[in-house]
Amino acid sequence: MPPLPILLPLAMAVVVFLTPSKRWRPRLVAAAAAAHLAATLATVGAPAPAGVGGWLRLDAPGRLLLLVVSVLFASCAVYSMGYLRYRVERANRRFCACMLAALGTMSVVSYAQHLGLLWVGIEATTLVTAPLIYFNRTARSIEATWKYLVISSVGIALALLGSFFVGYAALLGGGEASLLFTDLLAGADGLSRPWLRAGFTLLLVGYGTKMGLVPMHTWKPDAYGEAPGVVGAVLSGGLTSCAFFALLRLTQIAAAAGEGAFANGLLVAIGLASMAIAGALMLGQRDLKRMLAYSSVEHMGILAIAGGLGASATFPALLHLVNNAFGKGVLFLCVGNVHRAFGGKTTGEVRGAMRRLPFSGTLFLLGIFAITGSPPFGPFVSELLILSSAFAAGRWLVGGLFLVFLFVAFAGMGATSLAALQGRPSPGARNSTYRDSFTTFAPALVLLALVLVFGLHLPGPLRALLEAAASALGAGR
Amino acid sequence: MSSSLLSSLVAALMLVNLVALGTSRIRTVVRAVAIQGVLLGLLVVAAHGGLSYRVLALAGASVVLKGGVIPAILFRALRQVAVKREVEPSIGLLPSLLLGAFATALAVAAGNQLPLAETRLAPLLVPASLATVTIGFILLTTRRKAISQVLGYLVLENGIFVFGLLLVEATPFLVEAGVLLDLFVGIFVLSIIIHHINREFASLDTRRLSLLKEEPLEQ
Repeated sequence: MPPLPILLPLAMAVVVFLTPSKRWRPRLVAAAAAAHLAATLATVGAPAPAGVGGWLRLDAPGRLLLLVVSVLFASCAVYSMGYLRYRVERANRRFCACMLAALGTMSVVSYAQHLGLLWVGIEATTLVTAPLIYFNRTARSIEATWKYLVISSVGIALALLGSFFVGYAALLGGGEASLLFTDLLAGADGLSRPWLRAGFTLLLVGYGTKMGLVPMHTWKPDAYGEAPGVVGAVLSGGLTSCAFFALLRLTQIAAAAGEGAFANGLLVAIGLASMAIAGALMLGQRDLKRMLAYSSVEHMGILAIAGGLGASATFPALLHLVNNAFGKGVLFLCVGNVHRAFGGKTTGEVRGAMRRLPFSGTLFLLGIFAITGSPPFGPFVSELLILSSAFAAGRWLVGGLFLVFLFVAFAGMGATSLAALQGRPSPGARNSTYRDSFTTFAPALVLLALVLVFGLHLPGPLRALLEAAASALGAGR
Repeated sequence: MSSSLLSSLVAALMLVNLVALGTSRIRTVVRAVAIQGVLLGLLVVAAHGGLSYRVLALAGASVVLKGGVIPAILFRALRQVAVKREVEPSIGLLPSLLLGAFATALAVAAGNQLPLAETRLAPLLVPASLATVTIGFILLTTRRKAISQVLGYLVLENGIFVFGLLLVEATPFLVEAGVLLDLFVGIFVLSIIIHHINREFASLDTRRLSLLKEEPLEQ
């Protein structure tokens, strides 16, 4: 019997798909999200790990991921109620069902203790989110969905081959080729090194494609650019977190087998490359959603660097995962509102957003400050911790480049955002009747408040969870 | 006897790869991929001797899904979409073929270099898997038609499946079923997208999917 956080969203996805009433589907989605959040809080709070046999078990890192995904999704579900009410001309059956299916499959990823099941979960998230990108049914969104599916599917296929290589490495180490994490970690010394290296590389490419690391990032600007804002929030906050989470587990196995230096080297290199290219492409970027996509690439680069700096950087990496997920949630939900209000998302069409949408505009501005690493928000703390990990390990060049790229991103995002926010509202703003309402504003406010609290003072229970997750993932590194 | 059957199946697999690369007709590529599905099913049985329930179920699923259902979906998509019969490669069929043959040779060489667990299955399956994966990748990246890219992806998945046969004991039916199911669902979604692409663009040429390029910096 699979655990409730997995079963509930998947079952409700079917229910929502079969529900005839257009008005009730978003409400059911929100209700299911609230129930999922309640179940998650109960499970995370409970001391004993719950799950089915050895394949599905919620260890400390899994709890963290489940919590992040659940909170983010609950905000998006509430937002969707307002969003779909505003877009009442569109059929929302597939949208609602796929949103819940995405929640269910992301929950599978957090519970998975088997390399193959982890893969199935991440592949499933790819498949169920593709229809979400296509929600607007324009020519451009078809192109974006196609690119997303093809590139992600190839990446995931390579990740499967990489998982098999790791399994084969275990087979060569004597004993059965078990793909359970506990078995792989226990028998890590015996893992065949050439196969493990090849496997890790393929897994980095594969799950890196899902994260959107360079050079497998080309689907991101298109997908995030053409998808509705709420879908962007789910993708950039939820899916990327799941993919990075998988990568952290793999890195732990590689390190336990003695290939830590190899794995870390690859991660840091790919992370720096991602930050560099994302920063470059953010300069002069005129499309707000594409700018956020490049910001997502940049933050995935930051996470990769943190993952590659060794055990001491695991806590900052996980903290940044949380901050990034919620911060991106704020930005994408607000940019969705801006898009509604102006009928466009480039700086040519959007000007004076602060005046036209005082609430969303302010939140967007604060979100930009947060995500570019300004104090007192959460990302500042996590990025500072990553930087000090780098310097403590003597990686001066890495730390220096990290700072430079952060600054470039700040400049790029700042310029584009201010161009959209300041001034008098552009003509397009008058054509739309959109006004900020509770359901389209409150979720982003809650997420931003969380990001602020995490920067000011990390709550005790969360700190404990982060530390438990970090020590579980850092063991043997 | 089982070993020579195994070698023959592997050889047939590699040959079908090259057919898929070298042919100019899309329908032939779909048939090649269907034949690969059947070969894979036979390979499951040949590799794992005893006809246990699990082996039969897996082989049957491979033959039915990869050899029957998925090609049927693709043929239907081809009919609905009124596509020209020829593939449209970006590097020419003869260069593709040469590249594929080269990739096969490399895969065999790599198979000799890497440490192998035993000497019955692995020396055959590892090169076959690596070659098929590489050829699937070549198909995926050098063909412009959306359906050809889907076919390349299928070949890629076939190669991965072959490698998975080495690990059947460790990856119980659940994961293999999950893999096949994901493949099925993925193809289904891809077919729907192809259908919509055709409606919007009246062609399946992915070169025309270039609306979303970075705009040049101004001012």
